[in-house]
Amino acid sequence: MNHPWTGPRLARVALLLAVAVFGPAAGPRSGFETMSPELRAMQQDDLANPGMLHVAEGEAQFQQQGCTACHSAEAMQGVAARYPAFDAARDGPIDLAGRIAQCREERQGRAPLPREGKEMLALSVFVAHQSRGLPLTPNPDPRMEFVRRQGEALFRERRGQLNLSCGQCHDDNAGRRLAGSLIPEGHANGYPLYRLEWQGLGSLQRRLRNCMVGVRSEPFAPGAAEYIALEAFLAERARGLVVETPAVRP
Amino acid sequence: MRAFLAAALLCLDGAAFAQNVPVVGDAIPASLTGMPGDPARGRAIVLDRQRGLCLLCHSGPFPEERFQGDLAPSLAGAGTRWSEGQLRLRMVDGRRLNPDTIMPSYFSTEGLRRVGRAWQGRTVLTAEEIEDVVAFLVTLRD
Ligand code: HEC
Ligand code: HEC
Ligand code: HEC
Repeated sequence: MNHPWTGPRLARVALLLAVAVFGPAAGPRSGFETMSPELRAMQQDDLANPGMLHVAEGEAQFQQQGCTACHSAEAMQGVAARYPAFDAARDGPIDLAGRIAQCREERQGRAPLPREGKEMLALSVFVAHQSRGLPLTPNPDPRMEFVRRQGEALFRERRGQLNLSCGQCHDDNAGRRLAGSLIPEGHANGYPLYRLEWQGLGSLQRRLRNCMVGVRSEPFAPGAAEYIALEAFLAERARGLVVETPAVRP
Repeated sequence: MRAFLAAALLCLDGAAFAQNVPVVGDAIPASLTGMPGDPARGRAIVLDRQRGLCLLCHSGPFPEERFQGDLAPSLAGAGTRWSEGQLRLRMVDGRRLNPDTIMPSYFSTEGLRRVGRAWQGRTVLTAEEIEDVVAFLVTLRD
């Protein structure tokens, strides 16, 4: 098994520079800030950011799949910044990919798309990209409060053969090095994103699975309620950071 | 904390060692296998990022190794600071020394949750491997 945190890494002097120049920042810090200058430049240049190809693919899908019958791209602005949301129909929380699947399956009567497949990722990255630059404003629906608390409990719970919680890395040890990897604060403000290690676009759930497998824990099934609860808590924890989709990460 | 650890029996659940091993104070004085470990094999385990995982968190006197972690103290001088028995308890179940430690318990599955299928019922290292690592750690002198 290829351990997700080993293997060569690009040099990362960005954190040191940022701290030297700006002093310790208050509030949440995006993983963007602790990346190397090269990767930051790649993310910020739409011609160099490989995620933008998927955004273009998603734009085409948005039309081909008939989404434009009911939605405009403009109407998607700000949506990703307030997801996950509470869905009355299923009486539970729903993430962006879940909402897109709901539109497709229930409103269009079409066959489900694989959650991590190319088309769903393209649609999700296109929709989320419409919120790029907008601050995360977690869903104010009071029914989400319970979901966030569940997510926080999952974040603080130790798991796996290595017996580590998310918080032990992303709260207690952020900024330190796990072998070659700088531990980011673990914010989910850039998904779906292009990860060099994946050599492709990937979802937040894929990222979370990587972190779970890294501590030798059994990941939750794709689409499981636990991921949505974790995502809801992560959004609260990152309140105020701007959406970067499609971000680039090592 | 350590002062409160009276002589106790630690229930070990490594596959071949469903038996009790005496914890004396903050140490396990006796070898888990009854045999001394092999420091050369121990060194290989410590440096192996899939087996020992030590360098995820620790650095150490291994100049040839790139990408050492900084979540934990350097292993340099561990054999000066700690006795063999203390190092053994630290390896077997560091929670006995510090319940909040992030260091994995290498020879205990007690209290673990949602362990991945491939790892279920298995300790991170075997008793033999623990002895090899301990034998290596005692050689790390300042
Ligand atoms: C037949 C009309 C229809 C089609 C076609 C449709 N949707 Fe929807 N969509 C809706 C409705 C109605 C809602 C509002 C649901 C709600 O708020 O409960 C919605 C909500 C959404 C939302 C959430 C908006 C928000 O403010 O929370 C997203 C994202 C979305 N749709 C994406 C898509 C995508 C992508 C497609 C194409 C695969 C698509 N939809 C196809 C009717 C449609
Ligand atoms: C052992 C430490 C560790 C644990 C435990 C851990 N992570 Fe991570 N996580 C990392 C590292 C290291 C990275 C960055 C990987 C890289 O740069 O290649 C990361 C990345 C992330 C990211 C991506 C951040 C970004 O900027 O895109 C998120 C989100 C995240 N983790 C959430 C979690 C959650 C939720 C959990 C618990 C289920 C968790 N992590 C458990 C070490 C950990
Ligand atoms: C997930 C992180 C992590 C891993 C992996 C890890 N350790 Fe540790 N270790 C720590 C921390 C943190 C401490 C500091 C004491 C504490 O918090 O319990 C520590 C303490 C120690 C100490 C005592 C240090 C001193 O001199 O005070 C030794 C010896 C040690 N570890 C050896 C190892 C060995 C050998 C391995 C691999 C087989 C290993 N550790 C793997 C985190 C880790």
